[in-house]
Amino acid sequence: MKHAGFIYGSYALTFGAVVVYAVRIKARARKLAKDLAPKDQRWM
Amino acid sequence: MWGDAALVAAKDLRLELRSRVVTNQIAPVAVVVLMLFGFGLDADVGVLQKVTPGLYWVTVLLMALLAIGRSVDAEATAGARDMLRLSGLDPAAIFLGKAAALVAQLLVLEAMLLMGVSLFFHATIKGYVLVFVAGLLGTVGLASIGTLYGALTGGTDSKQTLLPLLFLPAVAPVLLGAVRAFEGAFGTNPHPDDGWPWVRLLGVVAIVYTAVGTLAYGPLLEGSDPA
Amino acid sequence: MNSPVPEKFAGTSASRSTQVLGAVAIVGLALVTFLGLAATGEDQDQKNYYRIMYVHVPSAWLAYTCFGICALASAMYLYKKTQWWDLVAGASAEIGVLFTGLALATGMLWGKVTWGAYWRWDARLTFTALMFVMFLGYVTMRRMPAPFEVRAKRAAITGLIGVVNVPIVHFSVNWWRTLHQQATVLRPDTDVKIDGLMLFTLLLSFAVFHVLYVWLMIHRFRLGYLEDQVESHGLERAIAERQAEARGPVPVGAGQGSGQ
Repeated sequence: MKHAGFIYGSYALTFGAVVVYAVRIKARARKLAKDLAPKDQRWM
Repeated sequence: MWGDAALVAAKDLRLELRSRVVTNQIAPVAVVVLMLFGFGLDADVGVLQKVTPGLYWVTVLLMALLAIGRSVDAEATAGARDMLRLSGLDPAAIFLGKAAALVAQLLVLEAMLLMGVSLFFHATIKGYVLVFVAGLLGTVGLASIGTLYGALTGGTDSKQTLLPLLFLPAVAPVLLGAVRAFEGAFGTNPHPDDGWPWVRLLGVVAIVYTAVGTLAYGPLLEGSDPA
Repeated sequence: MNSPVPEKFAGTSASRSTQVLGAVAIVGLALVTFLGLAATGEDQDQKNYYRIMYVHVPSAWLAYTCFGICALASAMYLYKKTQWWDLVAGASAEIGVLFTGLALATGMLWGKVTWGAYWRWDARLTFTALMFVMFLGYVTMRRMPAPFEVRAKRAAITGLIGVVNVPIVHFSVNWWRTLHQQATVLRPDTDVKIDGLMLFTLLLSFAVFHVLYVWLMIHRFRLGYLEDQVESHGLERAIAERQAEARGPVPVGAGQGSGQ
């Protein structure tokens, strides 16, 4: 496939960025939850 | 409301007349910026002439940032915002007054800059009416957007960096419209139109943001000082 | 307000619903990747590089959704003054930054192949870059240190002003680039002859990206809630410590270790 690097690259970039973002917000939530009593952790 | 607005504008202008920050500090900075453009473009008068409208408005934007910072600082001391809020003045009038004072100061600055570009860049104005109308409408747009974002970021630690981040993308239409209009007025227009169509864009921006600021300033002042 | 959270989700921002949504999103993205990279045929003019569109276009659309939800939530905050709407606006804007950035990056990759340069003063590319900076400004201003009501109100007003900014910037950039550059603005992507499977892939991708958005929103919302909670509880704790200090000599180690 011509321009394969650009085509695969755009998919990898998109999914990679989403995964990195998701992992980061989940990790931060985990970290913050440690400082709170269970009843204060969740809105609903 | 108009009386209140005049009161606030007079207060800000009196502050400026006493401190002379715009004329004694910001205006010289603007001149230096023009000279820096000359250095950066290797004093090539042909190039400078061609890009004068762009350089002119980029300089105006940067100087507007400084002037907005000054305008916001007028209420920066602890409680000054609350005093303004409790003064019984209509918030819409406060917004209009502060924006009007900013327009007056920026117009002085822009007149000086016009002399600067004709001196340094050998720019010649062909359409005085267009320069005046586009300059006025563009300035009203800048002042409204600036007063609004100045109030939104005012009193915070990061206001010096936050204001440009919010202000500059929002004034992109002003820059586009004003530069295209000035290209028409300076006769450097590479495009087929004479610059007047862009005045409409400047007019729309000026009207829309003056309206938005007038509406938003009330709820904004209610929030009191963050400090 | 706090219904009991199942044991295995305690201390996380996950729940049964996010697990299901997450699984749907992963399967959907795998399907989009398969259809986009393998199953769909070549375009007549664009050969293979139009395949970038299956991730680029949904990113751009999703960015608009994020922006719209942020503006709506901002308006709702000013109306209702509840933390919920403030958190929704913030979460949506942050995800908007991500997807505007991705639309910009994939647009530039597509541009490199199509135009031979990563950047051209194309109306849409220029507008996307400006929108990215505007979103970034909003998200940055949300981080300013201020009491909740002040910060939330200012953020909400900024979010609402975006409703004015975005169309005006969009219109002016468009006018600027198309009025004068009609002949040189290339629009090959609109010339793609879309067949059934291509259209299906694009619509599927659009749907999957929005499922992903909901998943991210739930997690980001819960994170935002935790941040607010820690902030307010941290303040309570600091005041309690200060009061304990004022009452008399503090034994070594007191005031620490709570909730650690």
